[in-house]
Amino acid sequence: MKKILFLIFYLFIFNNSVMAVIEVDITRGNLDPLPIAISPLHLESGSQDIKQGDKTIKNVGEKISQLIETNLRRSGLFNPLKKESFVQNPDIAHVKPRFEDWKLIKAQALVTGKVIVKEDKLRTEFRLWDVVAAKEIVALAFSTRPDNWRRVAHIISDKIYKRLTGEEGYFDSRIIYVSEAGLKTQRIKKLAIMDQDGANVKYLTLGNELVLTPRFSPKNQLVTYLSYFRNLPRVYLLDIETGVQEVVGDFPGMTFAPRFSPDGKKIIMSFAKDGNSDIYTMDLDSRVVEKITDHTSIDTSPSYSPDGKYISFNSDRSGLQQIYVMRSDGSNVKRITFGKGIYGTPVWSPRGDLIAFTRMHNGKFYIGVMRTDGSGERLLTENYYQEAPSWSPNGRVLIFYRETKSDSDGKGFSAKLWSIDLTGYNERLIETETDGSDPSWSSLMSK
Amino acid sequence: MIILTALSLPFMMREPIDLPPIVSVELIQISDKTKIPFAPKAAKILEKIKKEEERIVSEQAPPSEKKKEKPDRVPMPEDLKKEKKKIVKKKQNPEEIKDEIRQASEFEKKEIFDPNKIAALIDKSKQDTAEILKKDKKVTQSNVKNSFVSGLTLSEEDALKAQIFGCWSLPLGLPYQKNLLVRIKLRLKPDGTVLRSEILDHARMNKPGQGFYKVLAESALRAIRICQPLRVPPTQYEKWKDLQLNFDANEMLKG
Repeated sequence: MKKILFLIFYLFIFNNSVMAVIEVDITRGNLDPLPIAISPLHLESGSQDIKQGDKTIKNVGEKISQLIETNLRRSGLFNPLKKESFVQNPDIAHVKPRFEDWKLIKAQALVTGKVIVKEDKLRTEFRLWDVVAAKEIVALAFSTRPDNWRRVAHIISDKIYKRLTGEEGYFDSRIIYVSEAGLKTQRIKKLAIMDQDGANVKYLTLGNELVLTPRFSPKNQLVTYLSYFRNLPRVYLLDIETGVQEVVGDFPGMTFAPRFSPDGKKIIMSFAKDGNSDIYTMDLDSRVVEKITDHTSIDTSPSYSPDGKYISFNSDRSGLQQIYVMRSDGSNVKRITFGKGIYGTPVWSPRGDLIAFTRMHNGKFYIGVMRTDGSGERLLTENYYQEAPSWSPNGRVLIFYRETKSDSDGKGFSAKLWSIDLTGYNERLIETETDGSDPSWSSLMSK
Repeated sequence: MIILTALSLPFMMREPIDLPPIVSVELIQISDKTKIPFAPKAAKILEKIKKEEERIVSEQAPPSEKKKEKPDRVPMPEDLKKEKKKIVKKKQNPEEIKDEIRQASEFEKKEIFDPNKIAALIDKSKQDTAEILKKDKKVTQSNVKNSFVSGLTLSEEDALKAQIFGCWSLPLGLPYQKNLLVRIKLRLKPDGTVLRSEILDHARMNKPGQGFYKVLAESALRAIRICQPLRVPPTQYEKWKDLQLNFDANEMLKG
């Protein structure tokens, strides 16, 4: 009996081991951008033209799809396929797509949709399809003023980006920067704001006062920046919705390098007096000022971690300028960079995992990222002069500015805005009407 | 005096800026699942595919007779003769072949439940297993897994991996510091096409903060669909009909 039981047990074990499911580990894949087909949004019959300034837009559906295509291509994560290869027409919006036709051109995702402009309203409907699984994965519709079609395109781009990458997009956001014009020695600097793709530029100041380091609040439409008043640099606060601007605190000296706390309730900045500079915060409601660092060295460029618990800043307390991290109350200061050259402008990623910085070494400037403890330093881009990185709302792209060499008269000088993603391969110039510097990225407007 | 002090304050000197307001975009709820119809031509194609799939499933159902074939059993000279006869008959009358197979399987059943013979077989299998393991130890550890447990040889596994590597487009926005392993269990048809697929950690998809996992799992499923039929061995269907693919993006994204 024992023998039989043993045999049954053995058979069971043996059988199981033989019939075990085969496991195969797939550890490699294709890192090419995802092929996506963006079918022009179909303009419904009876639609009106859109008048925008001097221009008349006849087919807004085509314009929206072109902008979505540009956004997705510039992200470096998508490969929008050429429209000439499309087999189906834009009227596909009224029926389910013939997936076989889209598989033929190797599309893995497909965007279809329709627009109608009637009674001063633009209604846009779009659908995102998984071509391989032959199913719909997003279906949304939006309504707005007809001249707001660019924003609709940015919002749709964000929805597609989020659904296909798993992370928030960054297209429906704005950038505030310093617009520059004229010779290097006689620059006229204005505060300017634009969409993240460089469109819709608006100038916020006239250029009669010098403006520097504008920074967006992560929570609302407030901006803090540095401006000179009677030859004294002061930190200002500007409400973009109301246009009201005011000076932050009445400090008996120079205040600079302002930035908001993650909840938008405080401003952290440097205050310099008698050759020493320390970091201070000011509560925007109570106007209570708090001293965070107290050291004989120059402490500046403070930036909060997204949870508000830590602050990164740069200081020359060790001799050369390096990056430090401390608790938000100023305790537990730790140096995190030990590389050759000098480090500055640390900015904490909105995802909380990385700190972006500028490094100067051997006469070159680098924009790089590292973990919050200083490990894993990666230099993304190298140039003659570049600095001031600012994160996109999703923590995947950095915007910064780059200057060119000029002759002794200041001729040949230019300052341009550039963006680069975390891979370091997707580097792009952001077209602006004038030269630009000190860019700062807003959070998503539609969040 | 008060007025003079107020006028000298910097914030009093700045005029409010006239900015155009941000125009809102209103979200209109439409059905998540589309109700729009198929194009007439597409509908016909889909119906045709559906019918074909049904037919394939019924044709591909693994016959019970095959299951009872014992690979370890050494063919006897009589069997070989019978087989030859079968082949001749097969051409003329397929029904008779079925009978023959059934008889053979019943005979095997009897054989299996003979305790004395089972003991002998087990002893033999023990020896065989030990011999296989001894041989494999001489080569590599992974060979043991491949040839004995997994049922795929190294070259077969490599061929399958190489095929899927080419089909898998990794979503490039994944957070690299998270667990990026997706395990998918497949039931394959004998021709390597997928009968059904199942994501083993499906519950993770709906957890908060795991939005990227859904995207990753979808990319893995997409790779399988693009790749099929999978490059599986032409024989030993029973061994590989259930296959688990572990898609791990961590290695690639961490570099």
